[in-house]
Amino acid sequence: MTALDDIDRAFLRALSEDATVSAGALGRRFGLSQPAAWRRVKRLSDAGILAGRRVEIDREALGFGVTVFLGIKLAAKGRVSLEDFERAVTAIPEVQLVHHVLGLYDYRLRIVARDLSDFERILRRRIMTLPGVGEVEANVLLSEERRPGPI
Amino acid sequence: MRIDDTDRRLLRRLLADPGLSAGALAELAGVTPATASRRLDRMTREGVIRGQHAVIDWSRLGYGVEVSLRFTLDKTDPRAFDEFIAAARDVPEVTQIQTFLGKVDVRLHVIARDMGHYQQIYRERILTLPHISEIEALMQVATIVEREALPL
Repeated sequence: MTALDDIDRAFLRALSEDATVSAGALGRRFGLSQPAAWRRVKRLSDAGILAGRRVEIDREALGFGVTVFLGIKLAAKGRVSLEDFERAVTAIPEVQLVHHVLGLYDYRLRIVARDLSDFERILRRRIMTLPGVGEVEANVLLSEERRPGPI
Repeated sequence: MRIDDTDRRLLRRLLADPGLSAGALAELAGVTPATASRRLDRMTREGVIRGQHAVIDWSRLGYGVEVSLRFTLDKTDPRAFDEFIAAARDVPEVTQIQTFLGKVDVRLHVIARDMGHYQQIYRERILTLPHISEIEALMQVATIVEREALPL
């Protein structure tokens, strides 16, 4: 774990807002030379705190109008191998996220589809046929907001 | 705006690996660097690409606990959603807010340093949010897949 100072925090906030900002521009904004700003970004990356980029796109403009979150319970725990389920679910191209969770469900999935009938096809042909799949709950995403987090 | 096969190829590569340099991206998509940058600029200008954001690995900053909290709200009050979301924005440990059509109304993604810290956030900041009717918690054990890729 690395201790952060105020400038590190300001850098993290600025980069999570816009990752394409150059070190020079960051330095100018927070009163550092370009090399000093670059060294900070490099240190945050080397420490694994800055862990890559996420591209945000307008999914609807690309024809993917529906995003659904699924809660999945495995039918027979112990008898099905989690690896089999995870391997099969990872191979589904419409699956963007798989979290193994504890609680009411065993897995959380995020699925993108062109429309509701496309989602139904994915659900029937790909999800309900996964090894060990039991109860499935679906919630259709209406809005989504990312917050800066505790920095 | 019209998206053609070249745009789609570029987007597919960019979504699969957002860290790629402009040159590498152009090469993988089979176009010249000039074409790639012109296309990406246009898609950004027209809002197909909304932005690029740095991903912060919170576990490296000492946040070892991630919980997905699913809420059902008391919808007899028409302001329930707005007031709940406005209050949730004030909790720094909330990193995502999503609204749904289904059994769940809102989901908050909450991070905490450890279980003690989570307990404190849950009691002091979450249970005090307005218009809650039901809460369910899913504790995150592992991330198996996390990708922005679309089957373009």
